[in-house]
Amino acid sequence: MNLVPLFMAIPLGAAFIVVLLGRFKEAVSDAVAVIVSLILTILSFVLIIPLSQEGIFVYRMGRWIPPWGINLVLDGLSLLMLIIINLVAFLAILYSVSYMKKFTAKSTYYGLFLLMVAGMNGVVLTGDFFNLFVFLEIAAIASYALVAFGVEAEELEASFKYMVMGSVASVLILFSIGLIYSLTGSLNMAHVGTILQGQNGNLISFSMILFLAGFGLKAAIMPFHAWLPDAHPSAPAPISAMLSGVLIKALGVYVILRIFFNVFGMNIQLSWIFMILGCLSMVGGGLLAIKQEDFKRLLAYSSISQIGLIMLGVGCGNYWGILGALFHLFNHASFKALLFLNSGAVEYSTGTRELKKMGGLSKAMPFTGATSTIGSLSISGIPPLNGFWSKLFIIMGLVYAGRYVLAVITILVSVLTLAYYLKVQRYAFFGKLGEGLEKVKEVPPLMCASMVALAIICVGAGIFFYPIMKTILEPAVRVLQEGVGYSNLILGG
Amino acid sequence: MLFFLCFALFLIGLYCVLIKKNLLKIVMGIIIMEYSVNLFLIMVGYKAGAVAPIVTAGVEKANFVDPLPQALVITAIVIGIATLALMVALCMRVYDRYKTFDITKIRRLRG
Repeated sequence: MNLVPLFMAIPLGAAFIVVLLGRFKEAVSDAVAVIVSLILTILSFVLIIPLSQEGIFVYRMGRWIPPWGINLVLDGLSLLMLIIINLVAFLAILYSVSYMKKFTAKSTYYGLFLLMVAGMNGVVLTGDFFNLFVFLEIAAIASYALVAFGVEAEELEASFKYMVMGSVASVLILFSIGLIYSLTGSLNMAHVGTILQGQNGNLISFSMILFLAGFGLKAAIMPFHAWLPDAHPSAPAPISAMLSGVLIKALGVYVILRIFFNVFGMNIQLSWIFMILGCLSMVGGGLLAIKQEDFKRLLAYSSISQIGLIMLGVGCGNYWGILGALFHLFNHASFKALLFLNSGAVEYSTGTRELKKMGGLSKAMPFTGATSTIGSLSISGIPPLNGFWSKLFIIMGLVYAGRYVLAVITILVSVLTLAYYLKVQRYAFFGKLGEGLEKVKEVPPLMCASMVALAIICVGAGIFFYPIMKTILEPAVRVLQEGVGYSNLILGG
Repeated sequence: MLFFLCFALFLIGLYCVLIKKNLLKIVMGIIIMEYSVNLFLIMVGYKAGAVAPIVTAGVEKANFVDPLPQALVITAIVIGIATLALMVALCMRVYDRYKTFDITKIRRLRG
């Protein structure tokens, strides 16, 4: 399908145009950024139907036949990620139009934002290891700059920490790609997959460990999580929503899934590693979240916990576990983006992020209050919202795999999640109006619009979970369950 | 043997990132790691006694070095420069705010 390269070409081109146009008039750069992200969202939805008929699209750059040329691969899993990335990016850009007014250099902001989107789209579409690295760096460098966008002391400190961790991760990934190349003589993922099939060796294990450490750092899985609670809260709110909702999944979880399921092939040891890491970050993130007083910091720790849940679901390896994990990937993008936008709206109106200084905000800010309640209930897994279904599927997967202890831990962590989100609701939105907050007003309509849209996605995906499961999740699950058979589809087709 | 030396260089960089307290020394550690990986990629493509992979009349069947890692390394170096520029810019801004390069004193974020 010839539409596939547009996902990188449009945002890359627009990123430079937006900065140029912004020199003349700022409103033009707003319009361009919104239109471009809207086009990308529509494109990703348009591809659902042709993909369901064909199963897989392989686009060969410059008509070179794989394994020689670079190829772009669009299959069920990539499409799921594309929908998540572009949908959340569109709503975050819509939100930024009003929110970013207090910052200078808005057009530069859009430029970096679109570069980040281009990088993430590239990561999920590419079928080539080195290309993956290049797009990963585009997205990562743009995100380092965006975290430091406010250039206050805390933001610079957080960005530096994030950058050091991110660069170490990138070096580990490049090292591993070099090892893979020296072992197989190829960089095409499908070709490497066929060569490595049935092989075993110390160097292969070493490159797997390097990949796990590198992408684990990007995904902020528990032993590698230290940068996330600093970096995500320090960014402007729409960027926090992008980082927590999308970036750690596109750069971390997606690539881990793709490499370990489709290239190396899953086995029982890897599945245990995923489950142990997942369980560790799920419990650790939850326990650390509960004592936070800063709204955004609490959300950041909660992201670590939810990423752990996703890894746990993937680790159990059967249909329900993977389905639940991928559905949770989608759901987490919707409600975590929503909650970060809420925290941004609260900061915009009241000027504070300390939960203790807020109170009674749902009277003053009805839209923010209502949407944040939906987000909180959804992430804690209250039926019939979307978080309930994905957690249910993951628990079903764990039970079918015979991991009863982990299933019980998941349920307990779910209760813990409910506890800290009730704390948010109790301190920030319910009760008496806090001191000095008498003049608080609701945020501008565009910010409300994107929060309401995300809340509608949360409710809608909960009620209509069955059609979503059939149209976009099942093809993605099939890709992962095929495992290393993925290579034959690409090299054969 | 050469590969072990290259790996030792990588570990020196990692040590520098983990132990040093000065922002600029941490940046240097990252650069050392990056360059050791670049060196590794070049060594993967190296063959003793081979020639540059340029096909002209008469040398079609000569012993060529692998050109792909060299192309990769050029890309990796360019990416490394972008990262380095951003990191140094960030260090300058941090110095403006905190008046120090010592990471033990740059600690406003906690918890």
